[in-house]
Amino acid sequence: MQGRIVGRVKRVNGPVLIASGITDAQMMELVHVSDLGIVGEIVKLNEGEATIQVYEDATGIKPGDNIYGSGMSLSAELAPGLIGNIYDGIQRPLEELRTLSGDFIGKGIAASAVSHDRLWHFVPSVSVGDIVHRGSIIGTVQETERVEHRVMIPPTVEGELTVVNMVGEGDYKVTDQLALVSSSRTGKTTAVTMVQYWPIRVPRPIDDHLGLGTPLVTGLRVIDTLFPLSKGGTVAIPGGFGTGKTMTQHSIAQWCDADIIVYIGCGERGNEMTDVLREFPHLVDPRTGLSLMERTILIANTSNMPVSAREASIYTGITMAEYYRDMGYSVAIMADSTSRWAEALRELSGRMEEMPAEEGFPAYLPTRIAQFYERAGNMKTLSGRDGSVSVIGAVSPPGGDFSEPVTSHTKRFVRAFWGLDRALASARHYPAISWLDSYSEYVDEVRSWWDGHSQDRWYSNRQKMMELLQKEVRLQQIVKLVGPDALPDSQNFILEVCSLFKAAFLQQNAFDEIDRYCSIEKQTKMLQIILRYYELGAEAIQKGVPMVKIRRLQVVQDITKMRFNISNDRADDIDKLQLKLERSIMQLGSLYDEE
Amino acid sequence: MMKNDDVLLKETDKSLLSGRAYIGASRIDGPLVYMRNTHPVGYNELVEIIAPDGSIRTGQVLDTSDDAVCVQCFEGTDGLNLPETKMHFLGEPLTLGVTERMLGRVMNGLGKSRDGAEVPASEDERDVNGVPMNPTAREYPRDFIQTGVSVIDGMMTLIQGQKLPIFSGNGMEHNQLAAQIVRQAKVRGGKSDFAIVFAAMGVKYDVAKYFIDSFEETGVLDNVAMFLSLADDPSLERTITPRTALTLAEHLAFDKGKQVLVIMTDMTNYCESLREISTQRGEIPSRKGYPGYLYSNLAEIYERSGKIQGKAGSITQLPILTMPNDDISHPIPDLTGYITEGQIVFDRDMHGRGIYPPINCLPSLSRLMKDGIGEGMTRDDHPHLSNQLFASYSHVQEVRNLASVIGEEELTELDHKYMEFGEFFEKRFVQQRFDEDRSIEETLDLGWQALSILPQEELQRVTDEEIEEHYKG
Repeated sequence: MQGRIVGRVKRVNGPVLIASGITDAQMMELVHVSDLGIVGEIVKLNEGEATIQVYEDATGIKPGDNIYGSGMSLSAELAPGLIGNIYDGIQRPLEELRTLSGDFIGKGIAASAVSHDRLWHFVPSVSVGDIVHRGSIIGTVQETERVEHRVMIPPTVEGELTVVNMVGEGDYKVTDQLALVSSSRTGKTTAVTMVQYWPIRVPRPIDDHLGLGTPLVTGLRVIDTLFPLSKGGTVAIPGGFGTGKTMTQHSIAQWCDADIIVYIGCGERGNEMTDVLREFPHLVDPRTGLSLMERTILIANTSNMPVSAREASIYTGITMAEYYRDMGYSVAIMADSTSRWAEALRELSGRMEEMPAEEGFPAYLPTRIAQFYERAGNMKTLSGRDGSVSVIGAVSPPGGDFSEPVTSHTKRFVRAFWGLDRALASARHYPAISWLDSYSEYVDEVRSWWDGHSQDRWYSNRQKMMELLQKEVRLQQIVKLVGPDALPDSQNFILEVCSLFKAAFLQQNAFDEIDRYCSIEKQTKMLQIILRYYELGAEAIQKGVPMVKIRRLQVVQDITKMRFNISNDRADDIDKLQLKLERSIMQLGSLYDEE
Repeated sequence: MMKNDDVLLKETDKSLLSGRAYIGASRIDGPLVYMRNTHPVGYNELVEIIAPDGSIRTGQVLDTSDDAVCVQCFEGTDGLNLPETKMHFLGEPLTLGVTERMLGRVMNGLGKSRDGAEVPASEDERDVNGVPMNPTAREYPRDFIQTGVSVIDGMMTLIQGQKLPIFSGNGMEHNQLAAQIVRQAKVRGGKSDFAIVFAAMGVKYDVAKYFIDSFEETGVLDNVAMFLSLADDPSLERTITPRTALTLAEHLAFDKGKQVLVIMTDMTNYCESLREISTQRGEIPSRKGYPGYLYSNLAEIYERSGKIQGKAGSITQLPILTMPNDDISHPIPDLTGYITEGQIVFDRDMHGRGIYPPINCLPSLSRLMKDGIGEGMTRDDHPHLSNQLFASYSHVQEVRNLASVIGEEELTELDHKYMEFGEFFEKRFVQQRFDEDRSIEETLDLGWQALSILPQEELQRVTDEEIEEHYKG
């Protein structure tokens, strides 16, 4: 083991160590403990003693073992090669670890996040004499077929800079010097490579915040139409076990229109990550026709991997997301699940013998949640391009109780909420997003975008449908007491339309080739035809047509199955269906006109 | 940089010091023994505790510091005293000597013989705490296991390499169901080399006896390794029992290529022991007094299942837990459900109506089912059929609620059909005899028979072709 010795182990209690004889160690410094080389981080300093959180199993660490300092904070390595890779919570590449230690993860193994040997074809975009500054793009590398990696001057280089040396187009390793920039003020020169390091707990600097007017299109109807999320927005998905949090996250990761996806499996199941690894390379993005793995970075810190690394995984993920945002991309980050991260905080806090607040969680839990979600946003980046980070955080409330600390604090810091409902999940209504508990504050912000894409129909149609759903709740209460027969047909028809809306629109089959992704155009038309059905049906009932006759119409069956039978590129077929609907109800109505 | 002298010195120390024994504890509190002034002892190191009467017990280092070591004693601290208790620090973590010859044997929670015979010589020593499997090395499980129990095969299919717990309550037939699964489970289209690892934590001897008899009856006893930590054994031993069992399971699956089924009963007792130790150590409790690390701790157990790429074997876990007061939101079932790949939930009401197995399929779930069923695996109509059964059965509950308010006579004709469907589903599809082994085809046909009670237009989750072929309404 190499490096300077900063102290010695005094006490070991699970993943938290106390070290004594600390001289020059810094807060949050990355350290290696004992000759086993176990990675840790200094989280507290107190009169020559330090509290260290270790990222691997502490078995075998003894009092008296040396602690080796690294001189830097726990940082993410940022360079071409991140996309398509799978990492653990402290950014060790899992594929690489497998070649080093086999099918099980051994202790004290280290590997750099990206290959330092691989050659990348670099195309410069600045030349000697150009004036640049931190965050400026100096050239590009085609990282995957889909992602152009833009090499930037690290944000740590301050001031106005002049390019004094620049390599030509060619193949370089990530550590090769590409450019030499000198500060106009101090004359200090800095070498720029493809790789930069950034401490994971610190947000990367930006130029300015921008508005959140563009929705993140997910292809899930209940989200896009009823509870939209903006690019740069934040949303929480809470739900008890088995309500489909992970399935919803997977669907969004697969079909949303972000440029880059960072998927964090934080304290979740190993097999779920295997599922993603197995499935994503074979799934094709409906917009580009390329494999979904071409834009995805995975972090897998499964529930049986060390708890401190789970705590770090969220930060590792968002740091990588911010890095791609700085290049001008829209990035969506899925954290599954933030409750496991909060529990990791609780466990570590307990080991440090801190005073607990609610349910044993540390008092700083809300602050940490807020800091995390605040790193999302639609930004003007240092390079001058616009980029965004959208955060979709799953929450796993114990017992499905939304009043517990993690859910209730998360609700304070997110602006959209997709509550998953156990009753819907039990009836296999997926996605089980409750239309009564959920909300989105982005509705007004994305209104102009949406109305522009739906011939001004989205906002008013959404409003009408939400009203019907509210009415349905009240009617259902009556039905529960007296049975559906007690209601007049006009009210029964509202129940009928809502049940059609749930079956034909809100439900979406993630495994059906056609249904799993629904274009904006198709969504708009589907909502339109269901509302049209309501208008025409209600009129017909007023004329005296019995409701049973209306719901038995063949066209109603067709509407129920349109999500499977009409593909996205043939959305116009819904217009034809609407004509058929109008004709059918007209015919039915005419029978009663004559009487 | 060169290694400094200090490091070299310590390495020589290590060989000198391991094996050193000390006498005289400073404090004994429940299962915990504290000792002062030892050499630097490693975290999680294995300890032999020698009682004043000369008996040797096993312990593990829980907390170690410059001035004191805290050791938990798995076999209880009865009979220890402060001046005469000896501790022998072995310098390595708790291991289990694993060998295939442990099959057919009965051991205690630490892997020591319980049936009088010598423990067979081991092929390898393994750390019982295991090491996390690399997610990239996993193979996604998708081989269907036919249990012969309709409600499981049809609605919450068990997959080889899955962890699927049974959430039961006191007095319900979870042991019978587990025994039935052991007897009937088979992988279609092939003979496989199987083994069963059975871990009992804090259950009564009768329960263990029931399983032994049932294994014997089935003629599989030679393929079963049993780790028993019964109700009268020290509670701390329970916290290590599932780890010992899984260590052997990993050896059998990944070194010997066997299809291992691990049955663990009762996980509730395991968690209770964990709470006991945690309280004794004065840790900060989270929900209901359980330690904050209960989730991570359970995950360390449940995640030791699955398949590895390029290896023939698999570990399928069937943990049994009794929900305190039948409360599924209690921390134990709740955290378990967040880790496992689904759950089989028993229902007190169905039990009361004499339905065996009393499985309520609505809260039950198999997360791996989606990739293990359908054409080529079970039958092409299986995914839609089960989906339709779930939807229709869930509507039955609504109709029943309505009927209890307005009376059954007031229901519409359609609702009456639903009542009839619900009855058939529970009494014919779910209910079966303890020794009844139904093939997947029988199960699916029975499902269609149930759906045929409902009018065709109510079946929105199956395709027209499937209705054409199977619907007999």
